[in-house]
Amino acid sequence: MMDFQTAVFFFLSAILVAASLRVITARNPVHAALYLVLSFFTAGGIWMLLQAEFLAIALVLVYVGAVMVLFLFVVMMLDINIERMREGFWANLVPGLIVAGLMLAEMFAVLGAKYFSADRMPAPEAAAAGYSNTKELGRLIYTEYVYPFELASVILLVAIIAAIALTMRKRKDTKFQEPAKQIAVRREDRVRLVSMPAEKD
Amino acid sequence: MNFPLPDFFPASAEIFVLVMACVVLLADLFKSERQGWLPYVLTLATLAGAFAIQVGTAGPDTTLTFSGMFVDDRLADVLKSCLYITVFAVVVYSRDYLMARGLERGEYYLLVLFATLGMQVMISANHFLTLYLGLELLSLAIYALVALDRESARSTEAAMKYFVLGALASGLLLYGMSMIYGATGTLEISAIARKLSDPATNMEVLRFGLVFLVAGLAFKIGVVPFHMWIPDVYHGAPTAITLLIGSAPKLAGFAMAIRLLVDGLPTLAVEWQQMLMLLAILSIALGNVVAIAQTNVKRMLAYSTISHMGFMLLGLVSGVIELRASGDIHLSYAFGSAMFYTIAYVLMSSAAFGTLLVLTRAGVEAETLDDLKGLNRRSPWFAAVLMMVMFSMAGIPFFIGFFAKLAVLQAVVAAGYIYTAVFAVLLSLIGAFFYLRVVKLMYFDEPLDNSPLVASTEMRALLSVNALAIALIGLMPQSLLALCASALGQALK
Repeated sequence: MMDFQTAVFFFLSAILVAASLRVITARNPVHAALYLVLSFFTAGGIWMLLQAEFLAIALVLVYVGAVMVLFLFVVMMLDINIERMREGFWANLVPGLIVAGLMLAEMFAVLGAKYFSADRMPAPEAAAAGYSNTKELGRLIYTEYVYPFELASVILLVAIIAAIALTMRKRKDTKFQEPAKQIAVRREDRVRLVSMPAEKD
Repeated sequence: MNFPLPDFFPASAEIFVLVMACVVLLADLFKSERQGWLPYVLTLATLAGAFAIQVGTAGPDTTLTFSGMFVDDRLADVLKSCLYITVFAVVVYSRDYLMARGLERGEYYLLVLFATLGMQVMISANHFLTLYLGLELLSLAIYALVALDRESARSTEAAMKYFVLGALASGLLLYGMSMIYGATGTLEISAIARKLSDPATNMEVLRFGLVFLVAGLAFKIGVVPFHMWIPDVYHGAPTAITLLIGSAPKLAGFAMAIRLLVDGLPTLAVEWQQMLMLLAILSIALGNVVAIAQTNVKRMLAYSTISHMGFMLLGLVSGVIELRASGDIHLSYAFGSAMFYTIAYVLMSSAAFGTLLVLTRAGVEAETLDDLKGLNRRSPWFAAVLMMVMFSMAGIPFFIGFFAKLAVLQAVVAAGYIYTAVFAVLLSLIGAFFYLRVVKLMYFDEPLDNSPLVASTEMRALLSVNALAIALIGLMPQSLLALCASALGQALK
């Protein structure tokens, strides 16, 4: 008889595996993206079981709330012909499955229960009631791991610069205003007084 | 909560480069129309300043800081000083080429500076996490630089290929790192080395992780069978960017190999040396043979890179690591020869691509062997520079390339791999054909294009110094060899 936690774990894992499978098999890209949202959400639930509540919430907020919504917008805005992209998916499925199966067997032989079974990995001690892993994470990031944390921020800066360098261009035919020139303009620049004799008719 | 502030002093060069990169970013934004030279001059000043700081703060001791994630030792000092000089030369060589194609924008200098920072971080990494972050910082900047010329479909294709394969290789590397973490329970490189002597450590999982680690590493330095991206990226990228990819990152790649394999997994040397031996032999064979069939100089130099990196790996293969009874690790001088080879290769490849850049001008690319025809008539000095580079790459005595090959081969023979040494020499002889063909084209053929060469004074001067360094260090290689040996000896104590 399994306890409640194990039951929840298996329940969430089953949903996660099923949703992940549907991500790659769904025919409609919008459905695939929605299944990805579901798998992120369930993964968040599993992390919650591991008492990593901050990471679970961050996963849901960042990936589900921001990244996937943006992704859905892109998928809906671009008219992708998904049938052309997945040409050959079913034809290559069998050899792909064979290779994947072989790799799985090989990895299982090396990494199987012999070294990573549950009894070799003792469960960590349960945290005290007032323990906050958000606080702990913050403490580690800003003290022990401050160097890699800063490096990660530099990588983000490079990503911004690279994105701008690759996409921003100055077009010659763009129309724009130059307030300085507008203010500096004088009457003589715009109005020309022409003196001409009066004419009849 | 008590936390001692980390010692920032050993990382002062990194901090300086980061701050200056931000200064260049702002200066580029607010510069006036007439100050187009500002990012260029600031970048050169940054590199010169970083060199001064690196040399000024170099001490005889190994210092760890940032909770053991950053290491400042002789190896880091020597490699980083070479790095600044190389990037300085790259920036000077590239300016005219980029200006002629409208690519000389602030972003180029920024990305080059961030790539430099990434390489600095890799060279000084004592933790898998920082090593990986440094590598990604370097790679991201380089992917963007390859695609910088948006008008060119070939550049875009090369960048896509590089990006996808590079992401795959990073994945392999990360997977290997996670396995090693699973076996040892730590990501700190020196702690992993200590864990290896613990009999409770799971060796099988370690070896499994090692395979992925070596595969990721082999991709990043570009050796067979992980070399597919090299010819396409070298060929597709604008020549100025090829110059960057083909020079400085090799220094970081060497540091990565030393930190991961020699520093981190010394007692697994039997395993990784076998793998590297295979990679080295395949690279030397494929690089030298396929280069003969190339008509494009950039592709030819790409295959030559593959064979040179194979040679460098031979140096690592021959290194003997003995665990002394006292717990010290004793190293043979073979690792020093690999380091000497890397520095020599970087000198040669910057001069080779630099000369290609001199031959280009607005609207004219110099890429094929035909463009080199009769260079002697057009400019005897640049023909002589390229001749020195080609002789040196072919391993003809008294250039630096000869002594680099000699040092590695001595190490290979000393380690008892006689047949490998003979094989490497034979393949180098085959390779000499395509290097000497370039010399023949320059001196004995009629030029197809008689227009004079245009190059700025600083580029002419620096390229000449670069070529003379190839010749002069070839005449007296002892001091650089001794420096490499002592740097590695101190770092791996």
